[in-house]
Amino acid sequence: MSDTLKSGLSPEKVLAEMKKNGVTHVVWLPDSETNWLYLLMKEDPSLTLVGVNREGLAFSAAAGIAAGGKRPLILIQNTGLMESGDSLRGWAIGLNVPVVLMVGYRGWTRHGVNTDTAAVYTERFLNAFGVNYYLVEGDADAQRISIAFEEATKTKRPVALLVADEYHGFN
Amino acid sequence: MMDTAEMLRIFNRHRGDAIVVPGRGGRHWVKISDRPNRDLPLGDPAMGGHASFAMGLALALPGQRIVLFDSDGDVQMGMGILATIAEQQPRNFYHFMLDNECYATTGGQPVPNAKTIAYDAVARACGYTRVHAIDNLETFAIQIEGILSAPGPVFTWLKVRPEVENQPIGARSKWRTRSQVQAIADLRKELGITER
Repeated sequence: MSDTLKSGLSPEKVLAEMKKNGVTHVVWLPDSETNWLYLLMKEDPSLTLVGVNREGLAFSAAAGIAAGGKRPLILIQNTGLMESGDSLRGWAIGLNVPVVLMVGYRGWTRHGVNTDTAAVYTERFLNAFGVNYYLVEGDADAQRISIAFEEATKTKRPVALLVADEYHGFN
Repeated sequence: MMDTAEMLRIFNRHRGDAIVVPGRGGRHWVKISDRPNRDLPLGDPAMGGHASFAMGLALALPGQRIVLFDSDGDVQMGMGILATIAEQQPRNFYHFMLDNECYATTGGQPVPNAKTIAYDAVARACGYTRVHAIDNLETFAIQIEGILSAPGPVFTWLKVRPEVENQPIGARSKWRTRSQVQAIADLRKELGITER
């Protein structure tokens, strides 16, 4: 096993990248893997957490936050991303919103074949919408978080980070 | 039921410096508003998202009053956002919902349970503490000042006459005078928000 896979992606690292890139609002719908990140975000006074109950609403909420001059981050799972196609199209891409989507890559595996259709269709979905994406497996990939923010700002488009590691507890 | 344009003319007298997201009332609002740089007539980027967009704007701009004219079809499509708005409690957010009981832009088909759904009860149950239901212009004219002077979030259910469109989309008159992106850029300039 490589060092990257051994170490995984620590929530502390994710939070540090968010703050480094000036995130003010996290629009999110939790999945079972994000609780530790939630606990960290909740304790951070510089972040406003905006919980939604349908992922499509995250894109329009983020568009409003960005229009008002603040920096949102969308934190959802790939299942919900695929449910959000029209909102991604109309609110994020259509309004030139430079937002980073941190997407839990449910079902993805580095080894063998993806059998979970959530994983099978994720990259095809992003390609269909022309949304660029980066794979983040562990802390060694954390620089890709900043790369995604820089690209979103430069292109005025959404950029996705596919988080292929379950967030876990404090390391 | 109210005439939407007449209702918006009355609202405009009380608008002050509020930022207005006119939603489905946009085609009338662009002819009524005298502060277009504080308007976001976005048309329909994607149905069901107007309330979440306006909520996001309110959260980002706590020093500005944000007024949204949502619709019954949009609210039914994104009803879950009412709970989020109630949780976030943006004190600067005024959520008006135009209820014409139908999908007017697709030919006037009824929205689900159009005649009996109680949107004021839905909003209250989701956690809005200030909720109004108005079905005539006289009452609207009397109440609008009070609605806008109370702290948000406020939900106001407005019964309006449907303005059904049956022409093919390509044959309809275009009412937007600016692109969506330009409207946002104009608002940001007005507010002195610099690009990141």
